[in-house]
Amino acid sequence: MSVRDLLRVHGKPTREVYLDNENSGWVPKEVVEAMLPYFNSIGYGHPSITNRPGWEAFEVLEETSELIAETLRGDKEDVNFVHSGTEANNLAIVGSAKANRGKGRKIIVSDIEHYSVLLPAISLEELGFKVVRAPVDERGFVLADVLSELVDRETLLVSVGMVNHEIGTIQRMRELVETVKDRNPNAIFHTDACDAYARVPIDLSRLDVDMLTLSSHKILGPKGAAVLYVREVEVQPILRGALSSQTLWPGVENVPAIAGFRKAIELAFNDLEEKVERMASLRDFLIDSITSSVSDCMLNGPSGRERAPDNVNISFLRVEGEALTVELSMRGVYVSSGSACTSRILEPSHVMLAIGRKHEEAHGSLLLKLTRYHELEEMRYVSEQVRESVERLRSISPL
Amino acid sequence: MSTRVPLPYTPKVLELFRNPRNLGRIDDADAFAQAGSPACGDVISIYLRIGEGDVIEEARFESYGCAANIAAASILTEMVKGKTLREAWSVEWKEVADELGGLPPVKRHCSILAVGALRRAIRRYYGERRPDWLPESLTSVEKQALEEEEMIERLYGRGTLR
Ligand SMILES: Cc1ncc(COP(=O)(O)O)c(C=O)c1O
Repeated sequence: MSVRDLLRVHGKPTREVYLDNENSGWVPKEVVEAMLPYFNSIGYGHPSITNRPGWEAFEVLEETSELIAETLRGDKEDVNFVHSGTEANNLAIVGSAKANRGKGRKIIVSDIEHYSVLLPAISLEELGFKVVRAPVDERGFVLADVLSELVDRETLLVSVGMVNHEIGTIQRMRELVETVKDRNPNAIFHTDACDAYARVPIDLSRLDVDMLTLSSHKILGPKGAAVLYVREVEVQPILRGALSSQTLWPGVENVPAIAGFRKAIELAFNDLEEKVERMASLRDFLIDSITSSVSDCMLNGPSGRERAPDNVNISFLRVEGEALTVELSMRGVYVSSGSACTSRILEPSHVMLAIGRKHEEAHGSLLLKLTRYHELEEMRYVSEQVRESVERLRSISPL
Repeated sequence: MSTRVPLPYTPKVLELFRNPRNLGRIDDADAFAQAGSPACGDVISIYLRIGEGDVIEEARFESYGCAANIAAASILTEMVKGKTLREAWSVEWKEVADELGGLPPVKRHCSILAVGALRRAIRRYYGERRPDWLPESLTSVEKQALEEEEMIERLYGRGTLR
C-alpha cells in the first residue's frame, strides 16, 4: 500500500484550514527566509570549530540564547539546544535523575504529562527509581495540596507541564513550585513549557523552576530545534559523542533550524499580548459556535483565562474521533483526536482518562489548535464542517 | 530492519469511508447482530435479509468506529451479498482485510469485529435450528468480539451510550 495512492484518493480540498498545530504545522515565510542563508551563505560550519563559518554558526547559538533568556527573564548561559521537545524532556528527566542518584529515589510527574516526560520517567523504574503520578482535577489542574502530600525527603524530581498539550490547562505554576520547594528544597522542579511559551507569560525571575523545555515547532518555528533550560542543577548527557559547543548534548547543532526558531520567537513576541488576545477570542468563538450548533458535546479542560489561548478540545458523543479526523481532512480541515484509534497502542488519551472522561468520551474527542494567523471567517467554516461531519458519522452509527 | 509503523489506511478504506456501500439498517431484517462496545471505540451492526435457500438477498451495516471499521463492515456486506449463509459463515477476517488492500496490525480488529458481528447474526438467525456446518462452540472471531465486550464491561461498566 502506498501513501501516494492514499493521497490521490483523498484529493486536495479546495479550501484548507490547518488546526493540528498541536502535532506540528507550517512555518511563516519570514521564518523560512531567516533559515535559508545558514544552509549555504553564512554559518554553515560547525559551531564548535575554530573557523569563520563555525563562528558564524556559534553566533546564531549565542544570539538565540540571548533572545530566549530575554523572553523568559532568565540567563542565556542556561540555554541548551537539542533537536526536539522530546529530546529536551528525556534529557531533563533521565539526565537529572542519573546525575543526582543517591539524593532520592522518588520522581513525581503529573498524570497528564506529555509522553516525552511520562515515558522517560517510567523507564527510570528499571534503575530503581519510583515514579509517582500526581492526579489532576476534572479540569486538569494539579492541586497544590495534592502535590504537597506526595513530596517528601525522598523526592528527587518533580515534573509538571506548564500548559497541558491536549486540554490547555494553565497550571498555577508558582504555587506548585513553592509547594514543592517548601516541602523539599532539594527537589528538582522541571516544567515542560512547549505549549506555554509565547502563549502565557513566563517569568523565570519569579518562578523557581530548575529546568524548562521549549520546542521550536510548537511556536511556528521549524522542526529540529528545541531547548532545555537548565539552572543550577546537575544534569548528565544522555547521548555520547564528540563534544559540541555545549556539554549537555553531543553532535552538531541544527543551526538553520535554530536561526528559524530565533525568527519565530521574534515574530511571536512582537505585540505578544495582542496576539494572545486575538487567539483567545478566536478560540472562544470556535468553542461557542461548535458547542451551540452540535448536540451532545462537551468542552474538555478549563475555559477563559485558565485555558491556553490556542486550545480547543471538544468531545462528541456517539462519534469516533479518528473517523472524524479523516472526514474533516477530506473537507480540508486538519485536526487530531484523543481516540484510541489514533494512538498506536489502541488506548484512549491518558489525559482524557485522567480528567475523568469515560472511554467513549475520549474516543470522540477532537483537538483543534489555532494560531495568530487564523481568521474569524475560517473559524465559521471549521465550525460548519465539524457540525456536518459529526452529523454524517452519527448517521452511520448504530448507537 | 524496518521499524517504520505502517499507515493505518489504504486507498480502498478511504474510498469506502467516503462512499460506503450498503449503509443503514434494515428495519424488518431477518437476521441482526451487533458486536463491539462504545468504550472500545468500535461497534458494528449487521442486518441481513434472507431469501429462499438461505441466500443473503440484502446485507447492510451500521458502524461506530474509525474509517477502517466503517470500510470493513461495508466491504463485508458487499462480499456476502448473494451468498448462502453457509458460504457467508466461512468468510474469514483475513479475506476482509485483504479485500481492503491489507490492514496493518493496529486495524485488524476492525475486520475481526465485522466478521464477528456477521457470524453472531447468522448464529442468532438459526437459534435452536443449528445446521451441521455451524460449529456448536463459538469460533475464535466470535469469542474475540465477546471477550472485548466483557472485558470492557468488567472494567468500566456498561457504556453510557447504549
Ligand atoms: C507539551 C509537549 N511536550 C513535548 C512535546 C514534544 O516536542 P517535539 O515534537 O519537539 O518532540 C510536545 C509536542 O507536541 C508537546 O506538546
